[in-house]
Amino acid sequence: MENRTSEIALIHKAQAQNLKKEKTRQDFWVAVMWLFGLITVSILVLVVGYILLEGVKAINWEFLTTSPKGGLSGEGGISTTIGTTFYLVSLTLLVATPLGVGAAIFLIEYAGEQSLSSKFLRSLIGVANFAVETLAGIPSIIFGLFGYALFVSTLKLGFSLLSAALAGACLVLPTIIRTTEEALLTVPDDYRRGSLALGATKWQTLYKVVLPASTPGIITGIILSVGRVISETAIFYVTLGGSYRMPTSVLDGGRTLALHLYYLAMDTRAFDKAMGTGAVLVVMIILINLLIDLVSRKLTTGVRKVR
Amino acid sequence: MNNSKLETINYSLYYGNYRALKEINIKIPENKVTALIGPSGCGKSTFLRSFNRMNDLIAGVRTEGKVLIDGEDILKTDPVALRQNVGMVFQKPNPFPKSIFDNVAYGPRVTGLKDRQKLEEIVERSLRSAALWDEVKDNLGKSGLDLSGGQQQRLCIARALAVEPTVILMDEPAASLDPIATLKIEELIHELSVNYTIVIVTHNMQQAGRVSDYTAFFYTDETRTGQLVEFDDTKTIFTNPHDRRTEDYITGRFG
Repeated sequence: MENRTSEIALIHKAQAQNLKKEKTRQDFWVAVMWLFGLITVSILVLVVGYILLEGVKAINWEFLTTSPKGGLSGEGGISTTIGTTFYLVSLTLLVATPLGVGAAIFLIEYAGEQSLSSKFLRSLIGVANFAVETLAGIPSIIFGLFGYALFVSTLKLGFSLLSAALAGACLVLPTIIRTTEEALLTVPDDYRRGSLALGATKWQTLYKVVLPASTPGIITGIILSVGRVISETAIFYVTLGGSYRMPTSVLDGGRTLALHLYYLAMDTRAFDKAMGTGAVLVVMIILINLLIDLVSRKLTTGVRKVR
Repeated sequence: MNNSKLETINYSLYYGNYRALKEINIKIPENKVTALIGPSGCGKSTFLRSFNRMNDLIAGVRTEGKVLIDGEDILKTDPVALRQNVGMVFQKPNPFPKSIFDNVAYGPRVTGLKDRQKLEEIVERSLRSAALWDEVKDNLGKSGLDLSGGQQQRLCIARALAVEPTVILMDEPAASLDPIATLKIEELIHELSVNYTIVIVTHNMQQAGRVSDYTAFFYTDETRTGQLVEFDDTKTIFTNPHDRRTEDYITGRFG
């Protein structure tokens, strides 16, 4: 008995020593993580801050409301590029949203039961899923190249809003499909069963229960796509052309903000204007991210309530 | 026994090659509460879902024999129409993420009713029948998800009643509720049995004894194939069962 007691005392002593060592070790690594975190945040703040501070000097009402002069001077404002960006975003999403949401609904809600009936369909759906996965990782210039080959030259749509929107739709399609799929998957099966058990058809179940419950997720996908279209350059460089004028039809070319920034930085000496354009772009992206944050917070509270 | 509302004849069910239910013959009387009891995995929930064809939604399910409702083969009715006649309440309360009103009005709307006044009548009547009206009448716009678990389950019962079914299937409706909420559900089941044929699956034998008029005991052997061992009025099952296995289960020797 005596022996056992002293043995336990020894164990406790060793445990206390070890705990002290582990505490020191923990403090060290927490400090390291803090440092890494701070470095990352400072880099972000530095980039965004620099662009904003430099850009603000070029930004004034005139800059925002006059069109670029064109040519090598880089003089003028950015009004038409804001307009073009707006048109392109709208047109792209007009094409991509129904396609993407529809594809996701098919893949999640219908493909499963379809694939039971036939081996061919099953493999086709496998291919579709793989394609979505792969498309998401393809560099945007590839979509640009494809868009140039198909829409600009073969279909003779030229450098135009339409060509760019169709190529842009291909680019954002995987994003919309994936986010919609995620949203549909978070809808509990209890809802579907509950609705079907009340004598609703599958379609009624889908549009009365499942889609409303997944709307915040779908909207998140759409907003993400807006951000993507605003910030992409390469794909629109080869499909939208570079006209600095305001497009008056979908067959006119144009210049998005990001594209304008690219031209300013590469072809002109108007570096201050490039900074100004960059600042406008950064502000837009920040606003979009805030919007996503807001919508997805709504989504997660919805899910939490489900229990 | 009175008229049988539901009946199965040599009914077997397979998940792929695995037989989950074997040759079940039962006549479930109209406007009575029938409890399905038995150990876990004996197929009683699967059997319950046979009456509203919810098993159709599960991949690889195949059936043999017949299920009749009012003497008619349910395979000959459209599953959507069948489910309007045979309501269901699930183990976990599953109100939609909609208002209380919209939850109850869901069924009638799905069947094409648009008249607001009629909908309001139905919602009130259904909530009253489900003994929930007094608790929610001032908050019909509140989300169904904000109710307590027991209230949610009564909301789900009201939602089922709103479609005017004649049969209500309940799959362990009180399994996730506290004792007081359970008691309320049990009282409700008792009241509803005047107008509805109720089939309830339960793990809780006291509950079966309290709420049901008839009890069916399901059992499964090593093959894991569920079969109906004994079906009789609840009193007989609990006091004087014919089968040894029923007696063992009732007295708590296994299960």
